[in-house]
Amino acid sequence: MSASSYYVPEKSYWPILGCVALVSMVVGFVNHLHGSALGGPIGLIGVALLAVMMFGWFGAVIKESMSGLYSDQMDRSFRMGMIWFIFSEVMFFAAFFGTLFYTRTYSVPWLGGAGNNAMTNVLLWPGFEAAWPLINMPNPEGFSVPKHVVSAWGLPAINTLLLLSSGVTLTWAHHALKKNHRGQLKLGLLATVVLGLIFLVVQVSEYGHAMHELNLKLSSGVYGSTFYMLTGFHGFHVTVGVIMLAVILLRCLKGHFTPENHFAFEAVAWYWHFVDVVWLGLFILVYWL
Amino acid sequence: MTSVAATTDDHNTHHGPAKGLMRWVVTTNHKDIGSLYLWLAFIMFLAGGAMAMVIRAELFQPGLQFVRPEFFNQMTTLHGLVMVFGAVMPAWTGFANWLLPMMIGAPDMALPMMNNWSFWLLPFAFIMLVSTLFMEGGAPNFGWTFYAPLSTTYGPDSTDFFIFAIHLMGISSIMGAINVIVTILNMRAPGMTLLKMPLFVWTWLITAFLLIAVMPVLAGAVTMMLTDRNFGTSFFDAAGGGDPVMFQHVFWFFGHPEVYIMILPAFGVISQIVPTFARKPLFGYTSMVYAVGAIAFLSFAVWAHHMFTTGMPLAGELYFMYATVLIAVPTGVKIFNWAATMWKGSMTFETPMLFALAFIFLFTIGGFSGLMLGVGPADMQYHDTYFVVAHFHYVLVTGAVFALIAATYYWLPKFTGNMYSEKWGRIHFWLSTIAVNVLFFPQHFLGLAGMPRRIPDYALQFADFNMISSLGAFVFGASQLIFLCLVIHTIRGGSGKATDQVWEAAEGLEWTLPSPPPYHSFSTAPEVK
Repeated sequence: MSASSYYVPEKSYWPILGCVALVSMVVGFVNHLHGSALGGPIGLIGVALLAVMMFGWFGAVIKESMSGLYSDQMDRSFRMGMIWFIFSEVMFFAAFFGTLFYTRTYSVPWLGGAGNNAMTNVLLWPGFEAAWPLINMPNPEGFSVPKHVVSAWGLPAINTLLLLSSGVTLTWAHHALKKNHRGQLKLGLLATVVLGLIFLVVQVSEYGHAMHELNLKLSSGVYGSTFYMLTGFHGFHVTVGVIMLAVILLRCLKGHFTPENHFAFEAVAWYWHFVDVVWLGLFILVYWL
Repeated sequence: MTSVAATTDDHNTHHGPAKGLMRWVVTTNHKDIGSLYLWLAFIMFLAGGAMAMVIRAELFQPGLQFVRPEFFNQMTTLHGLVMVFGAVMPAWTGFANWLLPMMIGAPDMALPMMNNWSFWLLPFAFIMLVSTLFMEGGAPNFGWTFYAPLSTTYGPDSTDFFIFAIHLMGISSIMGAINVIVTILNMRAPGMTLLKMPLFVWTWLITAFLLIAVMPVLAGAVTMMLTDRNFGTSFFDAAGGGDPVMFQHVFWFFGHPEVYIMILPAFGVISQIVPTFARKPLFGYTSMVYAVGAIAFLSFAVWAHHMFTTGMPLAGELYFMYATVLIAVPTGVKIFNWAATMWKGSMTFETPMLFALAFIFLFTIGGFSGLMLGVGPADMQYHDTYFVVAHFHYVLVTGAVFALIAATYYWLPKFTGNMYSEKWGRIHFWLSTIAVNVLFFPQHFLGLAGMPRRIPDYALQFADFNMISSLGAFVFGASQLIFLCLVIHTIRGGSGKATDQVWEAAEGLEWTLPSPPPYHSFSTAPEVK
């Protein structure tokens, strides 16, 4: 396709299906929260529709790409789109990291009387002592009081190793793809998917340990809130990443991608590295320090 | 999508739109989607306007006249949400869709299917938001800023629907913004270097960056609200170590860039219109670009000036005060550049120019009252009074909305191929401009005298100015119906055909296309010198 003419897609039904899917998901979820029996099924239908939509939409894009319809310009559009999407994800996590920073640095010490807040402490909850991680809440009534802090040097450290090595195996696969070593490519991708899955298993057992033995829950004050929101959204992103990596692996097995043309592989790799970096932030700021 | 197997040649011909109503549901065309955005925005503008009429009718006289206080709170909340997320933002996205490809010499937006998705999420989101009015317990009633704990501990059940409506709007905005950025960075015609781009393109590039940076933070804020309400977290609950004030920090980290998201494209529009009718090139183009960049940069670092009375360490109060006042510098650069553009120009005063001039004068009033509010010690007096209401309506109504109206008069002849009625345009202008000042100017006095905002009843001393303000509101509301009729009239033929150039001195690629332009704007890239 020459550089002077543009590719313009035809009409599409996938976006409107995507709207219906998202709306059913959220309407179902809220109804479920409000105790309606219909909520669950409506939400699940939404999830199913979203899966159909993604399968169909990505399938169509892959088909167009395989039939050589895309110019270099389209390729650049996709790349830029993915980069800016990842930037929006960075800002989403930034909101929660900012929350962690604010509570640790400001609100918890202030409740303990830091700065010019002595009267806050005296008037609200006299005797409350600020500490982080916050085990003894200002008013523990109605909250699950945790017994211990989650230790960084057990399973979380292992998880750090797992994710970092998965970044290495993915880079190995990428180099193999560029040199057209298909065997190493598949092996590297498979290793990445397996490491991602092991990470998820370890994370689930870590959650089990935290919830049952340490009694740390979402409702354990702001320590539990920030802990589970940050690690939970990260875990969700790892899950999505593993699914995407598995799709890329399947496409490699079917012979997709060439050394020159493999946008989808790179996009997923960027996403995976982003998830890696978020984990490093989590390990240092949530578990360790 | 259906004809992926077709040869590439098919895609280079100007195929027309699909037939019937489904055209609008499945379209990937930037003009179709632009029109959808603009009509949604107009409908939401009228809906939000109707809510404003309820508010002003209630405030016409002291005492409770028409509505219960709870309903009054729901009206102020929904009026704000609908106008911000439903009227101004989609209207700008609509103009971006229509104009960006034409201005940079592209056939369409870079990611046309995602474009369709980002539009169609909005009607669903707003149906969900407005449906909360009919739910048990009523609609959200905590103001458009939804501060915790009003929205967490004390919010009505429908708040959870509101949260997800915000999520859907956020997804829509992020996808729309990604599309805009990629289009501008990747789809420019050869020769269209960054510093040759029209200012509307520049301002939208920076607006899109702001959107991608802050909409996810808003998503984070409402997500924490959701878990605080339903899953026992205590982000905004001091008993568990959280802080309701933290909600305000997170919200305004989104909220302050958000107000620039609404006004930056307006700066772009004014920078297009003023040179055309002054018949001179824009004065200080490069400084305009840098000024917009500086405003966007500063917008991330001033959020807590919305919170001077909330409680903050003194150093914080001082920093946010100085940083806020600093914004007056790049904004002043823009105002002076517009004035310098008109200096010794061969000016004519068609309707778009009238609205652009009103924008420059009235937005400056809003800017000055913003400076007053930005001074921390003074804000202790003004905070949460009608002075604040007057300030942000001057920048949003006579700012963003006037620029949107100016843009409509300026580009509608290009979009439709028909001229609007200049006579009715002028009637609309004078009615709107006089009425909007009758509506909002007295609110400065009300606020300085101490009348609090978001209150359905007030002390007798405020009666006169409130009555004047309400009368202005009714006239302003009614004159927008003239605008609606005028737009429909123009689409259906107007008062004669528009030329391709439309305006004598208009410059830019969009004027080189026929009026109305072909379905796909540029199928081969134009030459930019």
